[in-house]
Amino acid sequence: MSYLLSATCAVPAAGAVLTAALPAGTDAARRRTTKAVALAVSVLTLGLAAAVAASFEPGGARYQLTESYSWIRSFGISFSLGADGIGTALVLLTAVLVPLVMLAGWHDADPAAPEGSFESKRRTQAFFALILAVEAMVLVSFLATDVFVFYVFFEAMLIPMYFLIGGFGDRAGGPDSDRQRSYAAVKFLLYNLLGGLVMLAAVVGLYVAAGDQGQATFSLTALTDAISSGKLVIGPNAQRALFLGFFFAFAVKAPMWPLHTWLPNAMGESTAGTAVLITAVVDKVGTFAMLRFCLGLFPDASKTFAPVIMVLALVGIVYGALVAIGQKDIKRLVAYASISHFGFIILGVFAMTSQGQSGATLYMVNHGISTAAWMLVAGFLISRRGSRLIADYGGVQKVAPVLAGTFLLGGLATLSLPGMGPFVSEFLVLVGTFSRYPAIGVVATSGIVLAALYALLLYQRTMTGPVKAPVEGMPDLKARELAVVAPLVALTLLLGVYPKPLTDMVNPAVDDTLSQVHRTDPAPAHPVAATNEGGEQK
Amino acid sequence: MMPVHALAAAGGNSPSIPAPHIEYGQLSPMLAVFGAALIGVLVEAFLPRRARASAQLGVSLLGLVGAFAAVVVLAAQGHGTTKAGLLAMGAVAIDGPALFLQGVILLTAVLAVLTYAEGRLEPRINGHRVDAFAAQAAAVPGGEQERDATREGMRTTEIYPLTLFAVGGMLLFPASNDLLTMFVALEVLSLPLYLMCALARRRRLISQEAAVKYFLLGAFASAFFLFGTALVYGYAGSLQLGEIADVVSGVSQVTPALAVTTQNDALLLIGLAMLAVGLLFKVGAVPFHSWTPDVYQGAPTPVTGFMAAATKTAAFGALLRLFYVAFPGLRWDWRPVMWGVAILTMVVGAVLAITQQDVKRLLAYSSVAHAGFILTGLIATDRRGVAAVLFYLLAYSFVTLGAFAVVTLVRDSKGEATHLSNWAGLGRRSPLLAAVFALFLLAFAGIPLTSGFTGKFAVFQAAAEGGATPLVIVGVLSSAVAAFFYIRVVVLMFFSDPQPSGPAVAVPSPLTATAIGVGVLVTLGLGLLPQYFLDLASKASVFVR
Repeated sequence: MSYLLSATCAVPAAGAVLTAALPAGTDAARRRTTKAVALAVSVLTLGLAAAVAASFEPGGARYQLTESYSWIRSFGISFSLGADGIGTALVLLTAVLVPLVMLAGWHDADPAAPEGSFESKRRTQAFFALILAVEAMVLVSFLATDVFVFYVFFEAMLIPMYFLIGGFGDRAGGPDSDRQRSYAAVKFLLYNLLGGLVMLAAVVGLYVAAGDQGQATFSLTALTDAISSGKLVIGPNAQRALFLGFFFAFAVKAPMWPLHTWLPNAMGESTAGTAVLITAVVDKVGTFAMLRFCLGLFPDASKTFAPVIMVLALVGIVYGALVAIGQKDIKRLVAYASISHFGFIILGVFAMTSQGQSGATLYMVNHGISTAAWMLVAGFLISRRGSRLIADYGGVQKVAPVLAGTFLLGGLATLSLPGMGPFVSEFLVLVGTFSRYPAIGVVATSGIVLAALYALLLYQRTMTGPVKAPVEGMPDLKARELAVVAPLVALTLLLGVYPKPLTDMVNPAVDDTLSQVHRTDPAPAHPVAATNEGGEQK
Repeated sequence: MMPVHALAAAGGNSPSIPAPHIEYGQLSPMLAVFGAALIGVLVEAFLPRRARASAQLGVSLLGLVGAFAAVVVLAAQGHGTTKAGLLAMGAVAIDGPALFLQGVILLTAVLAVLTYAEGRLEPRINGHRVDAFAAQAAAVPGGEQERDATREGMRTTEIYPLTLFAVGGMLLFPASNDLLTMFVALEVLSLPLYLMCALARRRRLISQEAAVKYFLLGAFASAFFLFGTALVYGYAGSLQLGEIADVVSGVSQVTPALAVTTQNDALLLIGLAMLAVGLLFKVGAVPFHSWTPDVYQGAPTPVTGFMAAATKTAAFGALLRLFYVAFPGLRWDWRPVMWGVAILTMVVGAVLAITQQDVKRLLAYSSVAHAGFILTGLIATDRRGVAAVLFYLLAYSFVTLGAFAVVTLVRDSKGEATHLSNWAGLGRRSPLLAAVFALFLLAFAGIPLTSGFTGKFAVFQAAAEGGATPLVIVGVLSSAVAAFFYIRVVVLMFFSDPQPSGPAVAVPSPLTATAIGVGVLVTLGLGLLPQYFLDLASKASVFVR
């Protein structure tokens, strides 16, 4: 048994405890130590994640590097971890983004106001410890092969996330930004807690349903094997109820229209780094879990509900994009753009074709990287002038060309320009959707057009035109900020030109998922065959 | 004196009273606690006032820890499993659930007594440290006598023996195997509690009001219980739980003298309902919950913590025994009613808590909601249900005690600052204390990796396996509502600006710190590594008949 996976999860967890325990103080030297320790831990985690990816063999078993420790025997729970292609890709994404988020938010937790006499002395420690805690819990969620373990960490990550949103803002809001921010944090927590509690009922239900047939276990592999081999049969009604319980939680987390309303608040009020953590890392657990848990555990119910879910995803694509166009606030615009993108990911997952699901997985990675680039640069912009309003900016490209250029690159990646990572994934999702549901595929394509509108309009309004008074003398990106943006831009371009390593890693897991739901790709020859699902084989 | 058996022999054919055979060994936990309580009374009578407080603390801790050691020894000897049996001629049952709950009650009592002895929170009077209890309980609030007593720095050290008597009753309550013993235990545990509620040093009137309210309603509930006992006796001709079960299921015949009233289901059902009323009152289930907020608010906070944790544990133990031993065959008669009570309790507790503005009242309504969650496990009617309830009570007791101990520390010049607006910004002033309280709140809310989640999962799973899926769904939804008000307090503590004249957090002595620290440890321990205690609860989940 290798200890690589548990080490990957344990290092940020231990780092969080260590960072929180570092000596308190408001002087700059103490703060710098804290930050350096946290950054070092996150880089170490990145190294471990790279080791996981390196030792992962794409042609091997679905779950590799597996580990299992008895945890709560009374409930049949073991702390089991295993990496499959999809999970490994997302582990890499997380491990890459967290150090960059820390670097981007280097000064976000510095004492805010001189008059802040009640300012906690442990603010910096708390900020970085919370980021590491989120990272550890997200990593466990991506690697857990036990339904209960997944649930526990899926839920528990809400708490550090909640404190990150509520405790640390970008200081760019209006006079009542504190109130707005705590509202956003509470909304985030309550939405996700409700989703999680509904899922809890479904988790209990799954255990009872499996227990009725003598297979009381939470082991994902044991359950999916028993289900796909027909040894464990959950009645259709029970299966639908359980599916909905799981899906509800994931749809809140993802978030899918119409359960998305917490996201613009949370992303708008928190720091840019926290917003990236939400949309690029934590939300991915939702879409990832749809793929792994909903499809694997409830294949028949997944097929039953797929059309409904695809329509909702479609609404999300168009709605998110339209609302993004109308935003006045840069960060809320990015949030609505993300809602549109999550629509694409969910579309790809439930199209149940290999292109669709590979595309969806790639999309999770690419959206994470490109949105991180876009959002973090937007955060740098906002931190320079202390305003989130688009109308406060104009002509930035004349005073800060590098900032404007990287912001443009982020926007172009978001609108899926060919040659950049998101293009490959969006294309795959659309192809995969079209081959089974042509009408939905056609409407979804409009999302690309709308994306061009919101991304380019944002650039035009903020960066071009005459230099507005507040923008004058705005400094360009500093070395630290460049160090954050450069890797993200490089990765976007790399994955746009050469996505093969990633697709090779992801494809076997996708094929396995499809075989769990007894789906094969529809025959491409005749469109009629595709519409009446003639390609389906049992 | 003539031995009893000789007396019986002399009586010839006439009905005789057999000599009771008492198993002192197995009863030793209760005897130790009652013994310590009696010593406590003697201490009150004979020691000089200045020496009493520390002497009482020592006696109490000695008695409680000794009793806990006895429980552990009994459990280790197998009295919870293989050697479980009826004692004292069937009046008391020492078995798994009894020993488990006795252990929980004793441990919570130890921590509660530590919080009683806290002397650093109130300002010194005349150079003497004083605690949270009235200077002189019998003095009229605001009267001259009270002022004198306060000025002299007097303390009501009677609180210790009173607590020990209550603990004794609580130990007997879940172990009592006939209805009369159960009633006696109920009274032994209740009467001291009524008194203890009235002993708050600050806000004397509200404290006395709480005591009167609790006493009146509690007396009503006791009367219900007693009347129910009479009716059930009329039906079954016996007070022993096992024999009642036999009569109900038709296994054994009743004495001919009672043939007229037996088989009269009205007696049985009304009697059972009345017994349930008495017990549901003590656990604070809706619609018998209305005393909880007032009493929790008025009682001195250390007493509230003790009461909320230990009384609930004991009363649920008695409720379990009644429904699992005496009326197992009647499931379909009591089940729908209990479903209704459980649903109402969860929903009403969670919804009413939202509007509360006082921390103690908020925790009171939260305890009502938790009673509902525990009831869902009770309704599961199998071993898993019992084990889940036992585990939940263990987890809940420590969280509750810890939470109330934290409440004692947030103070302003008028004593504890329990109004929620005073808690604003606490997280910025004393991050550690706020973090600890947040942990307790998250455990109440059932967030994973805390003991509250493990407990909730256990009861919901037991309920789902027992076929009570709708209850689980209601439970999950009211958990979501409940989460809202716990989170509201967290928001207030961490994300609101402190009031300029807000309360200060008092630095406690090691006594309260220990109580809170143990609460934190247990909360995290049962969340992260619950296996050992789940096993223990599972092993302890069989009732002896």
